[in-house]
Amino acid sequence: MATTTTTVPSAGPIPGSRSFLGRLREGDEIVRLITFLFAASVVLVTLLLVFELWQGSVLPRHKFGFHFFVTSVWDPIFDQFGALPFIYGTLVTAGVSLLIAVPLGIGAAIFLAELAPARISDALEFFIDLLAAVPSVIYGLLGVFVVIPLMRDYIQPGLKKSFGFLPLFSGPGYGVGFLTAGIILAIMAVPYIISVSREVLLSVPRDQREAALSLGATRWESTWKVVVPFARSGIMGSIFLALARALGETMAVTMVIGNTPTISASLFSPGYSIAAVIANEFTEATGDLYLQSLIELGLVLFLLTFILNGLARLLIVATSQRGSGMGHA
Amino acid sequence: MKKITGLLVAVLALATVVWAQGALSINGAGATFPYPMYSKWFDEYHKKNASLQINYQSIGSGGGIKQVTEGTVDFGASDGPMNDDQLKAYQDKHGFPILHFPTVLGADVPSYNIPGVTAELNLTQDAISGIFLGRITKWNDPAIAGANKGVNLPANDIVVVHRSDGSGTTYIWTDYLSKVSEEWKNKVGKGTSVNWPVGLGGKGNEGVAGLVKQTPNSFGYIELIYAIQNNMPYGRVKNSSGAFIKADLASVTAAAAAAAKSIPDDFRVSITDPPGKAAYPISSFTWLLIPSKFSDATKRDAIKGFVKWMLTDGQNYTEALSYAKLPKEVVAKETKALDQIQ
Repeated sequence: MATTTTTVPSAGPIPGSRSFLGRLREGDEIVRLITFLFAASVVLVTLLLVFELWQGSVLPRHKFGFHFFVTSVWDPIFDQFGALPFIYGTLVTAGVSLLIAVPLGIGAAIFLAELAPARISDALEFFIDLLAAVPSVIYGLLGVFVVIPLMRDYIQPGLKKSFGFLPLFSGPGYGVGFLTAGIILAIMAVPYIISVSREVLLSVPRDQREAALSLGATRWESTWKVVVPFARSGIMGSIFLALARALGETMAVTMVIGNTPTISASLFSPGYSIAAVIANEFTEATGDLYLQSLIELGLVLFLLTFILNGLARLLIVATSQRGSGMGHA
Repeated sequence: MKKITGLLVAVLALATVVWAQGALSINGAGATFPYPMYSKWFDEYHKKNASLQINYQSIGSGGGIKQVTEGTVDFGASDGPMNDDQLKAYQDKHGFPILHFPTVLGADVPSYNIPGVTAELNLTQDAISGIFLGRITKWNDPAIAGANKGVNLPANDIVVVHRSDGSGTTYIWTDYLSKVSEEWKNKVGKGTSVNWPVGLGGKGNEGVAGLVKQTPNSFGYIELIYAIQNNMPYGRVKNSSGAFIKADLASVTAAAAAAAKSIPDDFRVSITDPPGKAAYPISSFTWLLIPSKFSDATKRDAIKGFVKWMLTDGQNYTEALSYAKLPKEVVAKETKALDQIQ
């Protein structure tokens, strides 16, 4: 499975067998050096990014300090900047999108990998890859012209009627807001989850299934109790890919979220996300403190992604020790 | 960050220089609102003067001010005048001041979508500021209904829509609100982005227009040009003489003419809520920001030549693109001010 490192027979040189120059001439050393530089560039870019964001946000870090994270006024005229509504909006929309996309995506992947005939599975895979490649502004337009009117005229009044006693579904429904943004993000995230999960499920060795079936398990039991746990970390990986897309999505979100920095328990309320506010205000931001506060928001988004990814990895480690750690690739 | 942006601009500039093969090229950056006008002008002027290529990047007013202050472009452009701090920053960095030259006029119009109401609404200063402050929440509020006798306004909640992206359109709108409402001035203020008391944000004119069109009982502001080109309905606004004026190119030019008598020498003037019976109250100049000193004499003469052409022949192109042209008094004053560029 994906996280267990398999020991590849060492490709390194046998000491003393050949001189460094000799190895250089044969090309191994050159390839090693070049590929090392390629790999190192990833680390370098990450460090440079953090460095630039850190350097670029000196003023607000000194002026607001920790308050930047816990205050909710964003006022470019009076130079007051607080990131809380944006952090809240980013987390809520990403959370809603995962709540919808994960069951949908994994369910579809199980069907495609385990139950559907290969021909149908491959044909559908083509459509899924197509969906994953659609530019986000198109999803934004889908939101503006289809999802928002649907939400305003049918879904929100309906939810309000049946679940209006919950604070989640209270308040006026404008069509735009956290829920709509979450739904659009879910539509964007599903293809990622399906595509990656399907691949992972397909790569589970055949003998795993056969073993389960031979012990008297039904088809569903073998899928749900053997195959899925075996592929768990790969499926998790697909979810984090979806999460990353949801956290950083800009265009589609700003078109449907309402662009108002609010913290509200109601999913109908308009909100704002970090990526959206940066894209909206960066070009016209005059004044150093204003501009640097937007850069600090970028830093916050980076940290948020970093923390969530870290938590995700911990989760993988924890669950694979308990469950699928038994399996080996 | 700044250095990288500067470097990028420099590389782009270099690329265009190489591409233009020895022809003189001048680089500018800034406001997006007058971009269609500017690109038309630069194009027409290039046809007349083949050796001069003016490149303009519509990166936003804030970006324009920043770039010209850093010296990465030859001139900037902005929908709001530079404030005193920004002027001082420029003077400190370069040792000479930067000049403002108004080019065309823009205006904001209030647009709305009230089911069952097709009449053109009359909107007073109190109605507009009250709605945007969140004090007036229903369409049948006396502040609105009082000026619209005979229109059957519903008792529905008003959904306010504003721009979410920083923009000159927002600057004009909030500048107007700051003038007609003391409460707005103290609580919110004016700028390209503000801390809105109420409402939904739409990205760009098309975002606001889309939300207004789709959302019943909504009220928002859009650029006049956008409203004209897309046939959006919009209301009449009460001006300081008490007349309800519908925005069009003539009433916007009238606003500028009314303000022209008292225009300061540096042209940094707001013409919202001007005197004058025919003046539309929510309009503004947009400016070119040109350094008062050029080390390169050919560049200096080229820019001066362009501005002179823009003030005379260039003004004939404005109305075809739905921009209001400058009043004569302002043109005369600007022609004089050109001498300050050395």
